[in-house]
Amino acid sequence: MSTTTCPECMAEIELETGTELNEIIVCPDCGVDLEVISLNPPEVELAPMEEEDWGE
Amino acid sequence: MSKNPTIGVLYSRVRVEEKWIFAALEQRGVDYDRLDDRKIHFDLCNPEPWLKYDAILERSISYARGLYALRTLNAWGIPTVNTATVSEACGDKIATSTALSKANVPQPCTLVAFTPESAQEAIETLGYPAVLKPVVGSWGRLLAKINDRDAAEAILEHKAVLGSYQHSIFYIQEFIEKPGRDIRVFVVGDRAVTAIYRKSPHWITNTSRGGVGEICPLTSELETLCREAARAVGGGVLAVDVIEHPERGYLVNEINHTLEFNTAQPTSGVDIAGMIVDYLIEVAKGKKGD
Repeated sequence: MSTTTCPECMAEIELETGTELNEIIVCPDCGVDLEVISLNPPEVELAPMEEEDWGE
Repeated sequence: MSKNPTIGVLYSRVRVEEKWIFAALEQRGVDYDRLDDRKIHFDLCNPEPWLKYDAILERSISYARGLYALRTLNAWGIPTVNTATVSEACGDKIATSTALSKANVPQPCTLVAFTPESAQEAIETLGYPAVLKPVVGSWGRLLAKINDRDAAEAILEHKAVLGSYQHSIFYIQEFIEKPGRDIRVFVVGDRAVTAIYRKSPHWITNTSRGGVGEICPLTSELETLCREAARAVGGGVLAVDVIEHPERGYLVNEINHTLEFNTAQPTSGVDIAGMIVDYLIEVAKGKKGD
């Protein structure tokens, strides 16, 4: 099992199979957006905040 | 040109669309690099490290990062999807509207003004309600429906005082009573490949703001309109947003150049990621694009 910890609320987070580097996941406990910055070892950090020119 | 092109995918975040695109590249056995736009840099005197790419797919979440990357890559002769010219025409609403106007593609009545006073006058010529949009921006951010003169005065002053210089370029549109939805049509090359309705009780129907996707039949009228709209901004892989006007019919509202399709792909059942990758491979092989 690939688990890490939410830097915001310290909840344990399980990275699902197929999770990609730089993927954004949501902490199931506090709901904050997290970016997967390492798969091995599993590591996440707070995702960048939305900026004015973001979009499609 | 080798049979198996080398591809780069420029991205900021791995969203579900990027996961689908990576998977489509891998399914086709394409050699590709993932290029995180937070980690790369360009040495403008030395294009060498980039010249190995036969094509680069731009998926930056930031309009500015994507645009400047594309300008650099295109200046070096590296084909991209989409091109810098297309990005410029789609990412700036005035550039989109002027391109549509030049190509006689129907669109909502749009006025541009440069001071709060002239913007106020422009709004009065349209009547209330009117819509104010930032020239650059997505996901329905900072759109304002102006219902009366008091609201217009307040919002125009706020934009002029609190915003960056770009917020003092006033992009004003007529408000259209939509039937609780708009239409997003996906165009790949010369083909409209699928369409969805984006339904919402709110006047802003973006799926990023809670709009719900539903399959929309692609009529020949819609296909033709969206092909013309895509051509007007330079063509490529695009999402054309269309409003149904109660009297004037289909109007092209905006065109997106780094399209999101996390709602459209499952709703329509169309493999949009696969189509983007197939188009990208054609560009890399020199069969499509500039």
